[in-house]
Amino acid sequence: MKFLFDRNTWQEIYGSIRKNKVRTIITVIGVTWGIFIYIALSGAAKGMDNGFEEAFETVAINSMFAWAQNTSMPYAGFKTGRPIQLKLGDVQVLKNRIPEIETIAPRNVRGFFGTPQANISRGGTTGNYTVYGDFPDFTKISTKKIYDNGRFLNDEDIEQARKVCVIGERTQKELFEKGENPIGGYIRIDKVYFQVVGVHKFVPGGGFEGDGDIFIPFTTYRKLYNTGDDVMWFSIAAFNDADVIQVEKDVKAVLKNIHKVHPDDERAFGSFNLGEIFNRIIGFSKGITFLSLIVGIATILAGVIGIGNILLISVKERTKELGVRRALGATPREVRNQIIMESVVLTLIAGIIGIILGALVLAGIDGATQDIDFPYNNPTVPIPLVLAALAIMVILGTLIGLIPAQRAVSIKPIDALREE
Amino acid sequence: MIEIKDLHKSYKMGSNSLHVLKGINFKAEDGELVAIMGSSGSGKSTLLNILGMLDEADSGEYVLDGIPIKNLNETKAAKYRNKFLGFVFQSFNLINYKNAMENVSLPLYYQGMGRKERNEKAMKYLEQVGLKQWATHLPNELSGGQKQRVAIARAMAAEPKLLLADEPTGALDSTTSYEVMDLIQKINDAGNTILVVTHEEDIAHMCKRIIHLKDGVIVEDKKVKQVRAADYVQQG
Repeated sequence: MKFLFDRNTWQEIYGSIRKNKVRTIITVIGVTWGIFIYIALSGAAKGMDNGFEEAFETVAINSMFAWAQNTSMPYAGFKTGRPIQLKLGDVQVLKNRIPEIETIAPRNVRGFFGTPQANISRGGTTGNYTVYGDFPDFTKISTKKIYDNGRFLNDEDIEQARKVCVIGERTQKELFEKGENPIGGYIRIDKVYFQVVGVHKFVPGGGFEGDGDIFIPFTTYRKLYNTGDDVMWFSIAAFNDADVIQVEKDVKAVLKNIHKVHPDDERAFGSFNLGEIFNRIIGFSKGITFLSLIVGIATILAGVIGIGNILLISVKERTKELGVRRALGATPREVRNQIIMESVVLTLIAGIIGIILGALVLAGIDGATQDIDFPYNNPTVPIPLVLAALAIMVILGTLIGLIPAQRAVSIKPIDALREE
Repeated sequence: MIEIKDLHKSYKMGSNSLHVLKGINFKAEDGELVAIMGSSGSGKSTLLNILGMLDEADSGEYVLDGIPIKNLNETKAAKYRNKFLGFVFQSFNLINYKNAMENVSLPLYYQGMGRKERNEKAMKYLEQVGLKQWATHLPNELSGGQKQRVAIARAMAAEPKLLLADEPTGALDSTTSYEVMDLIQKINDAGNTILVVTHEEDIAHMCKRIIHLKDGVIVEDKKVKQVRAADYVQQG
């Protein structure tokens, strides 16, 4: 190992590499390209990964929505086409029967699914906004970031059916003066006064919600709109280790059972599984990462084999030189080490150039995707992976260098000298 | 310095073997300048290769400065060559991407000498062969005679016990040949033992002793009156 730290070794290596610059450069390109592909592709995939993760940050990943539609099969004496209405009582049944469920948030809304938006006014200003009737548990599924000094709905709001609301950024902007603190202020929702308890920050990417949404307690909502125990849809979060797709099936089965729907009726209940979508997206970016690994390794391998090939030719060309070196006292070991080191140095230089180029391209991509509306963020390759790639290249360089090195020492010096 | 007893060497050429050296015996003392002559196929190059530890004899003894040379593996042979021997080849065999100084310092590199020290030493030997100002030139910028002088400097740099020259003037015209022989004589004058393989009579007579090889045996071994190469060089 001592020869590694000997300046003379490096001068010898530099001397023989530099003598054929063009060939050295061409040789190096293969490996450079390989590691470049690997870094650029896996970094790009990582950026996508990061982007999606950021987009789903506010939503429980293993969550789903379930809603009721019309039956498509007759069952238990009911005709086909019967409209189904979810009820508040379904929550307890679902929770009891499906232990994988962590949280269920029953929700109602004015402003979607054919219902008109609520009329909101404050002083002289009026506007139409979407109003949700919600339980506090809803924030366990879809985080609501509330601005300073405010809060989301709580259990007491529900119990006492308080007339309180959480408004959106846009609602605040449109109903309140600039600089005016909305917390504690009053607005009218469909002619009923509500006290504002919080302003939520709008995060794009979380479904169909917007920056003007108003949240009021579920119990207040049902009094206001006379909806009784009716629920428009359930937001359901499963425990982290649960199989969301199975939970989705179970939820539908239980709902069919409660509402006397034929077990095979696929149209009676609708559902949307975020977890499944998320898994698909994650799977996609994992696939790309994996692909870039395969492509990168294959290209690096091809490049390293190219280096080995060129070194083999170079050894053949240098037979005489190596013979002279051995006549002058180079031991087979020294000759072998030199060839291997040439291989490793070429591979490493190529790798480092490739990593630098890849990093530049990633920096470029990062700059170009700063302001676009596409889930993309911070494309990087973790340092350990880069180091691992370099280590692999040193190993591959050594292994491939063994072939020409062995060839170099297998020729006897006397034969090498005789070569013309 | 050199002691050789009953040296045999044969090469296998397909099914039949070629007996090249058929029992060579000779001794060379310290400070001798010996020419080994013979036509091609006489075995002189083989003998030189065995003396140079580039090849091994089938049987016989070879003692160099009291050290028996036998059972050499490649590593040991390389170490011995590095320590005991200097080579001068007919085709110079300089490394073409290294300049004169780097070429001269190469055996010192394999001795494990530091860069500064070996470059200083290389410069010293280049000065001795009169090529100090050519130190940074690559071999292809030098004339044949200059190349051979660099090669001699390289052979001498490791301060070997024995200098082996295989047709050192074979690729040179007579004027440069004499210059090179002049240099070899001067090195010999300084007390170094030198073996020169040649087939040219005039070059052989510039040595102190001529050994004639024919068909693998020594047919003649005589001391001669040395012709000084300098006599030819100066007038030119």
